[in-house]
Amino acid sequence: MSKPKLAYYLAGGCGGCDIAVVDISEMLVDVALAVDIVFWAPTVADAKYKDLEAMPDGSIDVGLISGNIRNSEHEHIAHVMRSKCKVLIAFGICATNGGIKGLVNLHTTEQLLDKAYVNTFSTDNPNKELPQTSCVVDGKYELTLPSLMYARPLDQVVKVDYYIGGCPPHYEHVKKAFTALLSGQLPPPGSWITMGKAVCEVCDRNPVLKGKPKKFATTVKRTIDGAPSEDGCLLEEGYLCLGPVTQGDCGSKCPAANIPCRGCGGPIPGVKDFSLRAISAIASMLDNEELVDQIPGPVHLFYRYTLPSSFPYKRLKS
Amino acid sequence: MAWEPRLVVIACHWCTYAGADLAGSLRYSYPPTVHIVRVPCSGRVEPEFIAEALRRGADGVFIGGCHFGDCHYKEGNYKAIRRFKLLKRALTDLGVDPDRVQLEWISGSEGKKFAEAMTAFDAKIRELGPNPMKGGANV
Ligand code: SF4
Ligand code: SF4
Ligand code: SF4
Ligand code: FES
Repeated sequence: MSKPKLAYYLAGGCGGCDIAVVDISEMLVDVALAVDIVFWAPTVADAKYKDLEAMPDGSIDVGLISGNIRNSEHEHIAHVMRSKCKVLIAFGICATNGGIKGLVNLHTTEQLLDKAYVNTFSTDNPNKELPQTSCVVDGKYELTLPSLMYARPLDQVVKVDYYIGGCPPHYEHVKKAFTALLSGQLPPPGSWITMGKAVCEVCDRNPVLKGKPKKFATTVKRTIDGAPSEDGCLLEEGYLCLGPVTQGDCGSKCPAANIPCRGCGGPIPGVKDFSLRAISAIASMLDNEELVDQIPGPVHLFYRYTLPSSFPYKRLKS
Repeated sequence: MAWEPRLVVIACHWCTYAGADLAGSLRYSYPPTVHIVRVPCSGRVEPEFIAEALRRGADGVFIGGCHFGDCHYKEGNYKAIRRFKLLKRALTDLGVDPDRVQLEWISGSEGKKFAEAMTAFDAKIRELGPNPMKGGANV
């Protein structure tokens, strides 16, 4: 039997998800031996878009896309990947829900370009030159760049078969996901590949797992305010932890390091709108309504990884 | 045809829904733009319900529950107001007009208050105009 073919494309992401795949180390050797990596751009394999475009439709068994869809090039390759791959996976929270990079939708293109190319301390750009979608070099060579769009999760552009959360997905979870993929033991299409438990359910700080009741938070604290206890629930202590509504495939890594969960694992099963459910869960755990006013920047907390996929589906204005 | 607002009113069974009933039996009139959805308690109202109504084209969403101390399930309305306030803070920061979603406590004996609240809500939404988020799109 021929080896299954695998393709990987990094769209509007940071490359961290690629590293998460590389991080499965010894297992990667087995995976690399077990599969035929036909495309991995732009980070790992030396393959060109035209090579991918030339492959027959449906000829690739599994395609992974990390990063959100943020420009015309991402959008084009996402469509190409969809037609070439039998199974397409949104890999990492940028691809599944927009990710932290989806927060661009809070701004205008002009604001973002100004911040990136003009108005930072270390930038020297007196003529305020900005990247153009096309320019002519030496009077004869036309160079083009893709045009910017508002950030979208992959499934707002093409049909997605599976979702894997995390920023990036934890390598232990990547291992499990690859094992499931290679053995064909996958949930029904359209599902998340997850163990299905919330961060709280695998958190050593969870009082419920120690047979104690979960108490309401009587204060609201930022991570810079004091320090949490050794083993108490961060949410009870006022550090707004999104563990109750986040998939715990990371093994509750942030609370173990005294940092509240920020929701990178994606929504627990049954939740369609992560941000709204997080608002609901945290509000429910507060002792009184005055505490609601003390939450600094609710958008940056509850929409941190999910702005483009949560109501009101904020789009960047240009 | 001129635009007419569509108002979704999510009313708790024990108080606000009973208040709406009373408004009816006492023949207080309120705008026909109001569509009432009955829930067991205001504490049952998830932010997702409000969002879904707006996404599907409601121009305004109004939550009605029992006064503090009167909730049939004791604390449902306390939970409702915390969720509602937090949702409203986030939506306001994201550019949604905060007056499109409202919450009020209206008891089963306050038929008049129910009719007045509906009339005021209808007027407010007419002032704001059609919901720009219809179809889940742009703000
Ligand atoms: S999910 Fe995180 S690690 Fe992966 S591409 Fe996005 S920002 Fe990078
Ligand atoms: S809220 Fe956070 S700290 Fe508390 S049990 Fe859940 S994951 Fe752990
Ligand atoms: S604890 Fe939460 S934020 Fe941290 S890695 Fe896990 S899912 Fe992501
Ligand atoms: S029963 Fe009316 S608010 Fe709870």
